[in-house]
Amino acid sequence: MSDMNTAMIEKYRNSFLSEVEANVEEGEWVKMCMQCGVCAGSCPLGNAWEHTPQKIFMMIRAGKRDEVLTSDSMWMCTSCYNCIVRCPRELPITHIMHGLAHYAKRLGIAPKEQPTAKFAQLFWDNLMKKGRVNELKLGVDLYFKVGEGMKTAMKNKDIGLAMWKAKRLNPMEFFGGHSIKDVSGLHKIIAKAQELEEARIAKHGG
Amino acid sequence: MTEVVATNETILVVGGGISGMTAALEAAETGKKVVLVEKLPYLGGRVSQLYKYFPKLCHPTCGLEINQRRAKMNPNLTILTMAEVTNIEGEAGAYTATVKLSPRHVNDNCTACGECAKVVETEFDDEYNYGMSKRKGAYLPHVMAHPMQYVIDPRIVGTDEGQKAKDACKYNAVDLDMQETEIKFPAGAVIWATGWQPYDAAKIQPYGYDRYDNVITNVEFERMADPKGPTGGKIVRPSDGKEAKNVAFIQCAGSRDRNHLYHCSRICCMASLKQTHYVVDAYEDAKVTIYYIDIRAIDRFEDFYATVQAMDNVTFTKSKVANIKADKDGNPVCYGVDTEGYHRYENAHDLVVLATGMEPSVAKGDFPVDIVINREGFIEADAANGGVFAAGSASDALDVNRAVQHATGAALKAIQVVNRVAGAEA
Ligand SMILES: Cc1cc2nc3c(=O)[nH]c(=O)nc-3n(C[C@H](O)[C@H](O)[C@H](O)COP(=O)(O)OP(=O)(O)OC[C@H]3O[C@@H](n4cnc5c(N)ncnc54)[C@H](O)[C@@H]3O)c2cc1C
Ligand code: SF4
Ligand code: SF4
Ligand code: SF4
Ligand code: SF4
Repeated sequence: MSDMNTAMIEKYRNSFLSEVEANVEEGEWVKMCMQCGVCAGSCPLGNAWEHTPQKIFMMIRAGKRDEVLTSDSMWMCTSCYNCIVRCPRELPITHIMHGLAHYAKRLGIAPKEQPTAKFAQLFWDNLMKKGRVNELKLGVDLYFKVGEGMKTAMKNKDIGLAMWKAKRLNPMEFFGGHSIKDVSGLHKIIAKAQELEEARIAKHGG
Repeated sequence: MTEVVATNETILVVGGGISGMTAALEAAETGKKVVLVEKLPYLGGRVSQLYKYFPKLCHPTCGLEINQRRAKMNPNLTILTMAEVTNIEGEAGAYTATVKLSPRHVNDNCTACGECAKVVETEFDDEYNYGMSKRKGAYLPHVMAHPMQYVIDPRIVGTDEGQKAKDACKYNAVDLDMQETEIKFPAGAVIWATGWQPYDAAKIQPYGYDRYDNVITNVEFERMADPKGPTGGKIVRPSDGKEAKNVAFIQCAGSRDRNHLYHCSRICCMASLKQTHYVVDAYEDAKVTIYYIDIRAIDRFEDFYATVQAMDNVTFTKSKVANIKADKDGNPVCYGVDTEGYHRYENAHDLVVLATGMEPSVAKGDFPVDIVINREGFIEADAANGGVFAAGSASDALDVNRAVQHATGAALKAIQVVNRVAGAEA
């Protein structure tokens, strides 16, 4: 993966914007940003993150490649879509944020200890096993593997109990858990998607 | 019954704002017969609702007065008020227009003595002041109205109030039996000058125009600053009538926004700079904040911008406000992030003025004639329009200067069409 990082740096030496346009989902929209600040002011995360979408888009244009790709800002996005519905230029901001996070991960330079990134990986691994999310296992993994530990787990036990009562959380799921009808079919679909993606990367990065 | 004498050499002008008046007068003064059709009971359009004009900060009444005098003196010009064109058929050189005339319930005998308004008690929202004040059911739309005639609101016709107005009139000018009528007449060319309307600010949900009294629009602010307006020229908070000294302007409210109007409305930067003068002139300890994306002081108005920029009590904040909430004292608080440094702000003001944009006053599907309309809803100059020519802000968001230039051009094009007709008939 870090080979790919080097290749990309070489290829887009002068323009991080072109790199984003070619490799990041919806990246071609970044140049449309007019820096009005509506997304930054509308994002519920407020001061909780380092760079707002508005700032990230400016940093991309200013060629601040490392600062952007290693930042944890885009991993903070909660997909609330507040920014998208208000952006006067209709930039698909949420998708760009996720696209940037995804690209950074592909390059192997995403922040290592970022909880959202860890959760995303757990979610994916969990989903791939049976073709559906096993909420019980995901919850357990989340609290123990991400390092939140017993304390958080206890804090949330009432939610777990309520989910169990509402038949949303079945303790029996811990032993194997049920799957979708055709797990291998799903795996084939994913494999194909991955193949297409590799081809796209090879085209741009090669 | 209104009679209109017209031929295929007549020019029909739709809309009696500054653009329509200019086009009509320019054509009539060259000797052409012109019929000017205006929807409201008076001429002048939106300009008559402005307190002062940029760039000179003079009063629009003076320009209007000159035009009104020209109109009164010209025998070639027929003016129909409270009239709307409902259909136009035919082709360049041979159109037939259908016009609906709404009853004024006051005839030409009216001397504007005002007796009828004294006796009538029923009140309605005053459209001229954008509903910020009330007017009587018998009224003069505004002090400079042309024609200088009162109007009886149809809502009091058939009531005791209507009868009271009639009884009070010594000149036999009140006619409660007037009916809506429809007339048809020929015209060789048409000038379309129906102008603009303010974008509906309530649609910009995060700014809470419909929720907070102290968030108003720039057109309302023009009325507020006018000594003849609803507050007698006092700049105050609608919620409690207290002096509004800390005033914020939010630029591009609805313009340059794909959720609202695609276009830059072009005049609202200048309008806010002008309105900053109103605030600063009114209070020595005024404090003005202008939130903007970029200031577009169109061409030679850069000086005007520089003057306002140099004022000590005016702050320019490069940021489009994200949202407004009212605090417990009713102060509108602007929230956002400043683009010059990405600082988060939370600023309370006495009053927020939304610099709302201009949209075409006639909706895309409502034109009674087949012409080319662009994505923004303005009329395109296109050969397919035949003998129909746009004038002024029906063609784009324009200031008065440009609107008037454009209208003069439209008059010339219309004259060429009717000259061709005259040539063919001779
Ligand atoms: C807040 C604000 C402040 C401004 N201040 C300035 C300034 O200081 N200086 C400046 O140069 N410009 C200013 N402008 C711009 C100015 O208002 C316009 O340039 C001007 O009004 C254009 O005139 P018009 O005749 O084209 O349109 P309008 O003034 O809109 O006139 C159109 C006329 O057509 C009539 N009409 C509409 N539909 C129909 C219909 N279907 N049938 C018949 N009649 C119809 C209307 O009743 C109206 O009388 C300002 C604009 C705003 C929003
Ligand atoms: S709201 Fe849209 S145009 Fe404005 S700063 Fe954000 S991305 Fe750019
Ligand atoms: S979608 Fe993401 S970036 Fe956009 S406002 Fe919500 S949290 Fe912020
Ligand atoms: S309608 Fe009669 S009473 Fe009313 S202003 Fe005109 S002349 Fe006077
Ligand atoms: S003139 Fe100024 S406020 Fe109006 S739309 Fe254009 S940039 Fe925005």
